[in-house]
Amino acid sequence: MALVNIKIDGIEYKVDSSLTVLEAAKQCGYNIPSLCSFNHGKCSKASCRVCLVEVKGARGLVASCVYPVNDGMEISINSQKATEARRVSVELLLSNHNQDCQSCRKNQNCELLRVAQLVGAREGMFKGEKTPTTYDDLSPSLIRDTSKCVLCGRCIEQCKSVQGIGILGFENRGFKTIVGPAYNKSFNNVACLQCGQCVTVCPTGALMEKGEIDKVDSAFKAGKFVVVQTAPAVRAALGEEFGMPIGTPVTGKMVTALKRLGFARVYDTNFAADLTIMEEANELLERINNGGKLPMITSCSPGWVNYAEQYYGDILGHLSTCKSPHEMEGAVIKSYFAEKNGIKPEDIFVVSIMPCTAKKFEKERPECRGVNNLPDVDAVLTTRELATYIRRAGIEFNRLPNSEFDQDIMGEYTGAGVIFGATGGVMEAALRTAYFWLTGENADSLLKCEPVRGLEGVKEASFKIKDMDVKVAVVSSMKAAKPILDDIRAGKSPYAFIEIMGCPGGCINGGGQPYVRSCMLPNEDIDIEDTYRAKRAAALYSEDERQTVRRSHENTQVQALYKEYLKKPGSHKAHELLHTSYNDRGHKLK
Amino acid sequence: MALQEHAIKEIKEIVDQYKNEPTPLMMILSAVQTKFGYIPMEAQELISEETGLSVAEIYGVVTFYSFFSLKPKGKYIIGVCLGTACYVKNSQQVIDKFQTLLGIKPGETTPDGMFTIDALRCIGACALAPAVRVNDKVYPQVRVEDVEKIIDDCERMEAAKNEKGN
Amino acid sequence: MKKVTNPEMLMVANATFKKRLDAKFFSTNGKRAIVICGGTGCLSSDSVAIKERFEKVLKDRNLDGLISVNMVGCFGFCSQGPFVKVYPEDTLYRKVKVSDVETIVEEDFINHGIVDNLLYVDPQTHQKITKMDDINFYKKQKRIALYGCSVIDPENIEEAIGYGAFQALNRALHMDRQEVINEILESGLRGRGGGGFPTGRKWQFAYNQESDEKYVVCNGDEGDPGAFMDRSILEGNPLSVIEGMMIAGYAIGAKQGYFYVRAEYPIAVNRLNIAIKQAKELGLLGDNILGTDFSFDVHLRLGAGAFVCGEETALLNSIEGQRGMPRPRPPFPAVKGLWGKPTIVNNVETLACVPYIIREGVKEFTKYGTEKSKGTKVFALGGKVNNVGLVEIPMGTTVRELIYDIAGGIPNGKKFKALQTGGPSGGCLTEEHLDTPIDFDNLVALGSMMGSGGAIVMDEDNCMVDVAKFYMEFICDESCGKCTPCRIGTKRILEILTKITNGEGELSDLDRLEELADVTKNGSLCALGQTAANPITSTMNRFRDEYVAHIVDKTCPAHVCKNLIQYYVDETMCKKCSKCARNCPVNCITGVPGKEPYKINSSVCVRCGTCLSACPFHAIKKK
Repeated sequence: MALVNIKIDGIEYKVDSSLTVLEAAKQCGYNIPSLCSFNHGKCSKASCRVCLVEVKGARGLVASCVYPVNDGMEISINSQKATEARRVSVELLLSNHNQDCQSCRKNQNCELLRVAQLVGAREGMFKGEKTPTTYDDLSPSLIRDTSKCVLCGRCIEQCKSVQGIGILGFENRGFKTIVGPAYNKSFNNVACLQCGQCVTVCPTGALMEKGEIDKVDSAFKAGKFVVVQTAPAVRAALGEEFGMPIGTPVTGKMVTALKRLGFARVYDTNFAADLTIMEEANELLERINNGGKLPMITSCSPGWVNYAEQYYGDILGHLSTCKSPHEMEGAVIKSYFAEKNGIKPEDIFVVSIMPCTAKKFEKERPECRGVNNLPDVDAVLTTRELATYIRRAGIEFNRLPNSEFDQDIMGEYTGAGVIFGATGGVMEAALRTAYFWLTGENADSLLKCEPVRGLEGVKEASFKIKDMDVKVAVVSSMKAAKPILDDIRAGKSPYAFIEIMGCPGGCINGGGQPYVRSCMLPNEDIDIEDTYRAKRAAALYSEDERQTVRRSHENTQVQALYKEYLKKPGSHKAHELLHTSYNDRGHKLK
Repeated sequence: MALQEHAIKEIKEIVDQYKNEPTPLMMILSAVQTKFGYIPMEAQELISEETGLSVAEIYGVVTFYSFFSLKPKGKYIIGVCLGTACYVKNSQQVIDKFQTLLGIKPGETTPDGMFTIDALRCIGACALAPAVRVNDKVYPQVRVEDVEKIIDDCERMEAAKNEKGN
Repeated sequence: MKKVTNPEMLMVANATFKKRLDAKFFSTNGKRAIVICGGTGCLSSDSVAIKERFEKVLKDRNLDGLISVNMVGCFGFCSQGPFVKVYPEDTLYRKVKVSDVETIVEEDFINHGIVDNLLYVDPQTHQKITKMDDINFYKKQKRIALYGCSVIDPENIEEAIGYGAFQALNRALHMDRQEVINEILESGLRGRGGGGFPTGRKWQFAYNQESDEKYVVCNGDEGDPGAFMDRSILEGNPLSVIEGMMIAGYAIGAKQGYFYVRAEYPIAVNRLNIAIKQAKELGLLGDNILGTDFSFDVHLRLGAGAFVCGEETALLNSIEGQRGMPRPRPPFPAVKGLWGKPTIVNNVETLACVPYIIREGVKEFTKYGTEKSKGTKVFALGGKVNNVGLVEIPMGTTVRELIYDIAGGIPNGKKFKALQTGGPSGGCLTEEHLDTPIDFDNLVALGSMMGSGGAIVMDEDNCMVDVAKFYMEFICDESCGKCTPCRIGTKRILEILTKITNGEGELSDLDRLEELADVTKNGSLCALGQTAANPITSTMNRFRDEYVAHIVDKTCPAHVCKNLIQYYVDETMCKKCSKCARNCPVNCITGVPGKEPYKINSSVCVRCGTCLSACPFHAIKKK
């Protein structure tokens, strides 16, 4: 690492020569406001002009987010020319923004509001015509409101670089420019994954999940038996919404909060994760033994399923027919649980708290209906929405005591279920159970299965189980998945089993998780945008380690469910409730 | 509206023609625009399939350049030059007159598909200012009073064409 | 024709074709030649029909063996076109119509006279002038970038070779690459497309880069309204630009060249295509050019109607099939340009100067110009001047010489108000700058810029606030929308200007304009935005009183801004004919025919100006 000398407003510093001015200044203790800056400046468009600084010798002001430092550089952040320019840039953005801040759900996390404060924006400086806007709320998952968009282009870059699809783009030119899918269509009418990765990077409220708190309110109002379940990844991130350091697990507080909110049952989706493993491991072994389609690919991630249906409609036979865990949980609640408790399935309302926006879309699928053709799940709230819900009830989350999930018939869960939330978790959990089924014994090495852990887009591993060599792959993000899927399409995939998650890093980094923008988190490390995924994943792996039971097939309540109700994995009843089917939806605009 | 078979064939041929060029999107779009007079959504989808570029990217390019059009243009494209030389010689009033007479704004096409008005940026006919271009013909030194005559010209040409056709 | 594969063959070809050209133009054996202007302006005034008519008439009279008919590139003097020039006498006919062809043939070719009424008349002396070089418009010009335009047939490579094409390339190929760059550095050649960056330094940056592939890109996306020199060069002598590009390619180590030309220039594109094809056929493009190791290929890409693509990084994005949005710099294109490879982007006029410098020598070039701006510059003269057209003048020519000598002054005895240079990126010079020598640095110092060379003259009838608004409308339309100051800032500037010209301005708007102008200048991403406010700043500095008049007095001194003018009937001139009243679309003019002078009811009047043009007696006035 080569060091160079720079001067910021007259003071000398030594910084790494590979940094941009913005990053270097940050390391020296300066917070230059910025909006379009993205991925350490690598994908920055240098377009918002909110991070302008003066550099001696350069023509005009420079965008610090992309301007590299060099030796002897003299930077002025605080010159009048620079502060005025930053302020006017922000004021201009505000003049073309709907400024409906008070009621905007993004306001506590809005980077535009934040920079407006930082630059000292004056009220109502430049008034004038606004760009014609689009409000799209047709999709069950996402809302696009271009009246709040600042054209930073982060979402476009995210969709392209993470998912490799590029559903979003700039449209029109000049003042009429907007961001959206081709032909300004709805997210619902293009081949969008509904994964919400665009939402996670949007600096304003232009891209948001579609809120469903109202639906839950109505269910309570209608006197429904409202059951809530929480996905594993939620507990690893919910604390961030209440100012806790990233990576703080808050399972106990979360359960207390949900109980105080009045849910009739508070369950952990982990129970269904264990159930998923039973069904999925069984399906895999059946495919192996009976010459079924291999490799088999997991189907827990609705973002991935959307991708498969819209881009790889010809290889849907490779997807496990298992529903995703929260759908299974919902199906079991409305059948087994309902019967056991003598409640009419119609009177039950299942709420899933998910790190995911695509789950909102998934719950609307006609294939995700079970008992009496009722939807398995009635409402999906993201982690962020749950935080809003908790705040609204006046609950001081940080002061809550811990409590346990309801422990009646669906309360038990294993460590294997917990790690579903991180990429590689489903694979690790499935291997633990498959190994046992094939060999009759448990392998302790699979309790910390390093080759499938970690945040790389593609991880490969080979396992010898009895006389069988099982080659597996773990993939997160669709950009990483594409070459693997192309191999399957070409009939040359070497794997037996592949775990695919829609979001990079898995559910811990889902589109419904709390926003992680370094500039909004003054108490976190400077490099938090690079490390938060690992920190959240670590929270899950540590919970797995703390569990005494860490293999899905050892979950006694799951065993009871089979014994009393489903008979065995893959049974007719299990298929009816826990399995689904897929459709080629490749006709949409890509 | 699905593309007709011959259109699909022609677009595929255009894409093929440029497939060895690096980054040929602009060339493809120019060729489609010239051939069909506009670039319909279905054509963009087809180009997307053939090139692997996303529709959003193609649409972004189409809507960026004023030469590309999403809607069919009129048979007679009336371009009024609003370059500096023409502007200082009153071309704004000329285009206003076209708007009043045809009842459309620049960029729009009359409902009968006859006329499109385009506001042009300097066509380099500065010495002829203010200049009006109808398809390939340039009318020099156009005054507001000449506007009606230019429209009449087009209508007469169209009538003559139809007569021949019959 | 045989391929030209080594220097000797080039020399032979040059000698052969030069002889042929001389025989055509300077024949002493009674043969004569007609050249007809084939620039866009003259073409749209039927110069092709004139050519065809000549061919037919000459054939009918059996003169076709004696008199050749040729079409050449732009003569530059567009307001007097179409031109027909007769060799060897050098007679120049202007404003020729198809119907004049027979007269010319009859009176000139058969009777050896001169067609008097087709000669140019000097607007000041009212004298008729026979020869092109005696016309003031041409007197102070020096053709370096326009070398060969209006002389050679642009669609015939043989004429170009006879006129010196590829001599410079041949010389360069026998020099060390660094030596070539040194000559360009020494020549002081600066980019003709706008910024005036030293061309040699650009080349040097690219030369210094290690890379398996490099590119030369020629920027032919000339978009400044009122500027058309690049088009004229490409139409008149495309090979000079190709040769310049090849020399650049040799110097920096590139094997591929890309032309990016506006789609609005079909004739230029066509002639460029022909030139490329002919050069390839002769082996002058392709592998091992003139028997050396140097190989070079040229490709043509078309723009699609986006002014911003004249900005070099936007242009590169456009070639790459993307929206033409500029890239942040660094990295500069010379380091990371087209497809990520070192690239130089040079403007058409710049490249056209290169063969001249290498062929004629640095000294021949530097003898023109000022200390820091060497050579010549092509200007497109337009607006309120007698002589509208394209001129190539030595740098350092004064504004006065340009307007009063070359352009023949302001028509109708009106008063000069301002000269706008640099198009929408430039500013205006006024009376006090008439004796300023025009060069890159003087223009910048005065708050304007060279730009691509548009030079629009305004007279007292032009409202400078309206002119500023016009340019801002242009910029708003053409802003790519990428960066905030340009996308929203220019829009807000335009809104304020609209408010002022509507008579709704307040004095505080001027502060706001200054603030916005500052941030678009200092804060925009590319040159388009950085210079967008120049017309505002410049008019506000020089014509602040006009702004104040609009805001405080609610009047437009030049009587241009619709909302601020009133039409009235000058009763002393009114002949009570009623024509105005009959033409008024809102019936706001009343009077009694033959009895009472007419009156305009201002509260109803929509200020359409119909009455003004309808009145045969000039009795309608504006105040």
